[in-house]
Amino acid sequence: MQVEEHLFRQHSGRIVTALSRIFGLENIALAEDVTQDVFCRALEVWKLRGVPENPSAWLMKAAKNRAIDLLRRERVARRLEPELGRLLESEWTLVPTINEFFSAESIKDDELRMIFSCCDPELSETTQVALTLHLACGFTMAEIASAFLRKRSAMEKRIERGKKVLANSKHLFDLSDGELKTRLSAVHRALYLLFNEGYHGASAVRTELCREAMRLGALLIEHPLVASPVTYALCALMSLHAARLPARLDPDGDLIDLAHQDRSRWEIELIGKGNELLDRSAFGTELSAYHVEAAIAAVHSNALHAEDTDWGRLIWLYDMLMTIRPSPVVALNRAIALAQQNGPERGIEELRTIEHGELLASYPFYAAALGELEFRAGDNGNARKHFEEALGLARNRVERRFLERRLDAVRDAALR
Amino acid sequence: MSEFVYLYRGGQRPDSPADGEKQMQLWVGWLQDLANKGHLKDRGQPLEQEGKVVSGKQRTVTDGPYPESKDIVGGYTLIEAKDLAQAADLAVGCPIFETGGAVEVRPIMKM
Repeated sequence: MQVEEHLFRQHSGRIVTALSRIFGLENIALAEDVTQDVFCRALEVWKLRGVPENPSAWLMKAAKNRAIDLLRRERVARRLEPELGRLLESEWTLVPTINEFFSAESIKDDELRMIFSCCDPELSETTQVALTLHLACGFTMAEIASAFLRKRSAMEKRIERGKKVLANSKHLFDLSDGELKTRLSAVHRALYLLFNEGYHGASAVRTELCREAMRLGALLIEHPLVASPVTYALCALMSLHAARLPARLDPDGDLIDLAHQDRSRWEIELIGKGNELLDRSAFGTELSAYHVEAAIAAVHSNALHAEDTDWGRLIWLYDMLMTIRPSPVVALNRAIALAQQNGPERGIEELRTIEHGELLASYPFYAAALGELEFRAGDNGNARKHFEEALGLARNRVERRFLERRLDAVRDAALR
Repeated sequence: MSEFVYLYRGGQRPDSPADGEKQMQLWVGWLQDLANKGHLKDRGQPLEQEGKVVSGKQRTVTDGPYPESKDIVGGYTLIEAKDLAQAADLAVGCPIFETGGAVEVRPIMKM
């Protein structure tokens, strides 16, 4: 029998969370050490005995026993806060208390609270995401560094700083706290960034990042206090985008743009789920950028062929997004929709007049959009110039390959 | 067929789950292979590193089996083989050698 892929990663978040409830957030290093130790011991046993029928239950039980053992032997309880310490010091209450911490319900709640703790406003957004990935999703420092294409040492420093802030807060974030609303938007933002890192990044773990963002989103939806319309909208957005993941790269790992994707490879279940979530997001009074972005994704996902795309509706949605959260990138996408509806010249005109367009100077897809529209307008010379500029700005291999291929297409056309 | 015990000595405990998983896959594969060929009598058990030794006329109790960690028995498995030579041959594929350990092959005394 084989170990399910990422078995340990999947359990790491839950076990670290349960253990840091027991030992306190200031002892998170201890919780992590114990978790690693549980995994290593499990493997020592499994290598001779074989992988058990239910490795998941086995791991949780081993972690629980290890915690009990540690509390008995090391008298860790003395360092804990008085109320919990008392429960854990007495043999009468030790085991029931630990059992309670390891119950499925309690772990699910604590996992959620851990995410909220990681998204502390004292930390930068990147640190919040990295810390969430590390503590709630069980990614190693090396995996996180590679996911963000950063140096491992820099990422380690970031995460250590994050842990210090966590330690100072002593308790996991309390969902009944008055700060919940602000913290919830930080959590939304972190999940959004995590998903985007997976969707647009070039790391080896990209789809896993998307999957983790969706898993944590689903945790939010399950909890009445945080299942807000915005939460639904964010989950809809992720679901609709994730549906396209199987069609986004060709067998060589090269990016395929939306217009050329094989739509039969889109995941129909995820589109259905995304549509449903989007419906459910439509209550309350708040219309968030996530709502509009999800609606935009839905327009694409629900078009059977690229030519069926409702560009008029997209322009309307982009206009709305420009009023809620204006940005040059949104304006860029709006210009592309306009070009589809009213011709490439109209799109080029829009692109040239984007407010704060200078912010797009280093964004490869601005130059690429100009190139694409010039190409469509028949000006191969200008198209080539823009694509060459875009290529010079490419940030990773996937982008570079994509732009090289567009440039090839322009050169081919020029020869004909 | 005679019975033998493999005593696993030394080797390194994994320092990360990823490392441990690799090691475990090797072990599971190796033992499965022995089982398929009809040599696996009992998978045996892994042993904790810690322990006590009771020794001498005074029954002195000391910590730890051995001062050298490379000598510590970390587990055992029961094997069936034609003879000691074959039992030793079968141990050659054991993944413990990858981490610097050794397999002690001992015939179980017959009545």
